[in-house]
Amino acid sequence: MQDGRYKVVIIGSGPAGLSAAGRAAFYDNKSPDSQKTHLLLESFSSPAKTIYQYQKGKHVMDEPGFLALRSPMSFVAGKRENVLDNWQQGINKNQINIQFNSEVVKISGEYPQFVIQLKNGSSIQSENIVLSIGLQGNPRKLGLENDAESNFVRYTLEDPDEFEDKTVVVIGAGDAAIENALGLARNNKVHIVNRRNEFNRAKEGNLNAVLTAINNKSNQFYCQYNTNVKAVNLPDENNENGSIVLDTPEGDLEIACDCIIARLGAIAPRRFVESCGVKFPNDKPTSIPDLDNNYQSNVKGLYIIGALGGYPLIKQAMNQGYEVIEFINGNEVKPADHPLLEQQFKLLPYAMDAQKVLDLYQQRVPMFKRMNALAFRELIIESNIVIALDAEAYQETSITQKTALTSGFDKLTNLIRSGDYIFKQGNYSNSFYTIVEGSVELIKDGNKKFTLKAGQFFGEMSLLSGRPRQASAIASDDCILIETPRKIMAKLMNSNDEVADGINRVFIMRALQTAFNPKLPPKEMNALAGTIELVEFKAKQVIYNQKEIGNELYLIRSGTVSLSKGTEGNKLVTYQLQSGDLVGQMALMGNSTRQHTAEAAVRVEALKINKQQFLKLVQSNPSQIKVLQAQLSQKMKKSNSIGSVVEASKTIKFLLDEGLGEATNALIINENLCVNCDNCETACAETHGGISRLDRETGASFDGLHVPISCRHCEQPHCMKDCPADAIHRAESGEVFIDDSCIGCGNCETNCVYDVIKMSYTLPKKPGLFSWMFLGLGNGPGEDLDAKINPKDKELGKKAVKCDACMDQKGGPACVRACPTGAAIRISPNDFVNLVDGT
Amino acid sequence: MVPNMFQSILKYKKYRYLKLSLLSVLASYILYLSQGSSQPANGGTLQGYILGIFATFLVLLLASLGIRKRKYSSNLGKLQGWTSAHIYLGTSLLLIASFHAAFQVGWNIHTLAYVLLLAVIFSGFYGLYTYLHYPRVLSINNTGGTQNTWLEEMGEVDDKIKAQASSCQIEMRLFVLSALKNTILSGNFYPQLRGKDLSKIREQSNKKLIPNKNQQRIIDAIATAIPQSMNQAESGALNQLLTLFSRRQRLLKIIRRNLQVRAYLKVWLMFHIPLTVALMAALIVHILVVFIYW
Repeated sequence: MQDGRYKVVIIGSGPAGLSAAGRAAFYDNKSPDSQKTHLLLESFSSPAKTIYQYQKGKHVMDEPGFLALRSPMSFVAGKRENVLDNWQQGINKNQINIQFNSEVVKISGEYPQFVIQLKNGSSIQSENIVLSIGLQGNPRKLGLENDAESNFVRYTLEDPDEFEDKTVVVIGAGDAAIENALGLARNNKVHIVNRRNEFNRAKEGNLNAVLTAINNKSNQFYCQYNTNVKAVNLPDENNENGSIVLDTPEGDLEIACDCIIARLGAIAPRRFVESCGVKFPNDKPTSIPDLDNNYQSNVKGLYIIGALGGYPLIKQAMNQGYEVIEFINGNEVKPADHPLLEQQFKLLPYAMDAQKVLDLYQQRVPMFKRMNALAFRELIIESNIVIALDAEAYQETSITQKTALTSGFDKLTNLIRSGDYIFKQGNYSNSFYTIVEGSVELIKDGNKKFTLKAGQFFGEMSLLSGRPRQASAIASDDCILIETPRKIMAKLMNSNDEVADGINRVFIMRALQTAFNPKLPPKEMNALAGTIELVEFKAKQVIYNQKEIGNELYLIRSGTVSLSKGTEGNKLVTYQLQSGDLVGQMALMGNSTRQHTAEAAVRVEALKINKQQFLKLVQSNPSQIKVLQAQLSQKMKKSNSIGSVVEASKTIKFLLDEGLGEATNALIINENLCVNCDNCETACAETHGGISRLDRETGASFDGLHVPISCRHCEQPHCMKDCPADAIHRAESGEVFIDDSCIGCGNCETNCVYDVIKMSYTLPKKPGLFSWMFLGLGNGPGEDLDAKINPKDKELGKKAVKCDACMDQKGGPACVRACPTGAAIRISPNDFVNLVDGT
Repeated sequence: MVPNMFQSILKYKKYRYLKLSLLSVLASYILYLSQGSSQPANGGTLQGYILGIFATFLVLLLASLGIRKRKYSSNLGKLQGWTSAHIYLGTSLLLIASFHAAFQVGWNIHTLAYVLLLAVIFSGFYGLYTYLHYPRVLSINNTGGTQNTWLEEMGEVDDKIKAQASSCQIEMRLFVLSALKNTILSGNFYPQLRGKDLSKIREQSNKKLIPNKNQQRIIDAIATAIPQSMNQAESGALNQLLTLFSRRQRLLKIIRRNLQVRAYLKVWLMFHIPLTVALMAALIVHILVVFIYW
């Protein structure tokens, strides 16, 4: 301390603060005078309050695995107690100058003369301030009546063992919610309520554990997906009859319970941070303060690290603590994940530091510009960088690439030739691409559609609708792309509204462009897109009823919509529509009375376009009206033709009820041709390691059409969500398959709503056909239920197996090829109409 | 309804193999007619030999369906095409082989091969009939369900019957349980094929098993007991039992019919395949004999 002023005061003794203080103490210990130039302030009576308040014995994880720890404090994954013990030892060993029960109420002044006022009235001066107060400050509330913290409604859970034989509803899908739910499940009946349809915000270990608990049918552990809380009914004076009302996809559900634990994350103690002069990019509650790469806020000398700065993982926060002290001490230090970035940027034609490249790229893309620099960094680390080179450069660079790959680099820049397809129309790939340099041409049906420039992105249609690529993309010379996997993009859209809004906006503009081909100036088009509402319908939800007066049409973004006539009980399904199709346009193009009832066959997302918006779109390009009219008459013809055959419309209804609306490639058997020989199953087993992935007999039938238990390769595969090993993929040609990295967790088996995934050991190889035919070896073709599993395979455990639509078989699906009577065919929803038409 | 996305084996690729077969028969017939200037029509003329070689080739081709069917990774056409060709070419063989033999028969190995060929072909005709006819029968019998769903429902019905039976007097209870115990679903292949109901029931008075075909005996017994019952609880249980046994009767009929039709779909192969093996053996002898006695 010089002149009563510290060099740095660190506020908050969480992992970030402790690490920063440890590093600052290191410098203090090194200096010849015994003066402490650092101070660590903690409002609580012990360090790391958040972790201190974790439940006893809680396992603390050290994600992300690829990142090295750089801190004077030690940290490895383990029990809460061990982690805290280690840190306590670190505080003692490093002689950290920590002051407990010191809540900061105000920060004033400026660099290098900040004044920190404590609640007890004293004040401290400092050159620099490191804010590492985390987010725990204010837990997010339910936002309902009766949501005040009470014995019945809680926002924290210290000890799950205080509950026994109770019914507890845990709300939230994050790590805290999962850990509380699992802790409670030991002695209680637990419902966990997830607003979304997957746990994609959770850490891998928690994700596995919660899904195992849900999968285990003997547990009293239930999960409500896609569910929101509608109301809380407080218990009476005797603490009885309390309940919660949930808004589930199947309708309202009231659960009588003894306690509700809401773990909905926390809101940054924003007001306090703002009072220090720190600016936030927007008013959204999830907004994170703007920081530079050294974690310095817009207030010079005031640094923000850890969860408050947008990075909630312990290891990252600790590394930041180290780095920020280095910077304050005038040392240039590269973040711990720097080598990963260097690898990704290695083959790019820049003589620039990886950090500079990162900054440059973030500035290039408007959508990412306002993203927290650290979150953007994470995005890049999870993505691939792709560069398109001309033939000569490609040749040269690929040699460099090969050498680098053999010398231990594992995530290098990807190379393609310029002029190559990035993806082709009709492909099922679903990465999301952002252009940072050069341009990309989008070509639909052989015609050039758009040229996209640096800063723009593409691939949003497939990302959002799960349907094949609507256009082909070709890279120009020296074009550089960020290729982000679907999973990462979905996560980002879930956690960053700005990115979600940006992608949605562009999706709307391009979808309108495709559907209406308007000739509006980009500005007007953008403004119009901003006024269009994105609506969502649950499966079986009615979009509009027949005979209603309609004032809007819908452009389907994902899912399938059925059109029907008549009343319930006597309903005739006459048509079904998929993403990219218009629903209800007739009301705006002639008769405003709805001619059909439109119903979501599966979960549907759609753009709602009202009359004014529609008129603006079509009036800008009157020639398009003819096209729309022609489409409508075509649809009317088909729909009326099906509607006139009662059997046909009942069949379509049956197929949609069987969930085929979300299928892309489903096996259908004509019962009037099937001779029950099961050669399809045998063929499946014979071409897939002895295990049949289809069950011919089981499954529903209607009017001679049978839908066997077999994978339909859904548009948005249910199995793909929550695969911890990321082992389930969609081939470019659409097949959903499981690769060798399956760890056998069984999540996909649980998540598949059609029961088509099973867990199985690898089976031993069987004797060949002629050995069986002439020598009687083995049990012959087909699945051998009594096969003896090799001990080695048994040890490896069961793996998930499912249909891969014979993507590796030259002749296509073996089940269809092996049907002697032609009873088995594979169809996509586009074929339904053909399936029943002309009978 | 056979939607137009499906093709029956007969219509496969617009009757491609019917056309091919007709062509083969026509060519064989011309060849057959061209005999007779120096020698009467016979298997031993040049034309006779050609017809013989062609017929042998067809037999081998037809028999290789058994291999192709089990070569699941094969890209040599769809199995449906093979089946369609098998049917039409097999039928044409009836005439082609007859032209080769020039309709001569005798008590010899040659005629044995010819007769076996006819037997194979006619067993195939029966097989074709079953393939064309019975799938629809099965579909109608199942009315949207499957054998498993019926069996599962049977299990549930039986559980309910046991529960209701416990409210009945001892005699009725034992009678009901005996009906459950002595229900015979199918038995071996032959009874399956006949679709005969061999279910029995034990009458307590004479301790002997008596037939309970179609669950009729037990249904009659319950129906008789209902008006005689004095006890309200028992009367209710009896009413329930009657409903349950009626459903059970229906389920058993469906299940048994399924087993029978599936047996029909298989039984012809038990003739068709061994006869084919016999035919091949006879054919080899026939060919050897012809060459030895040249």
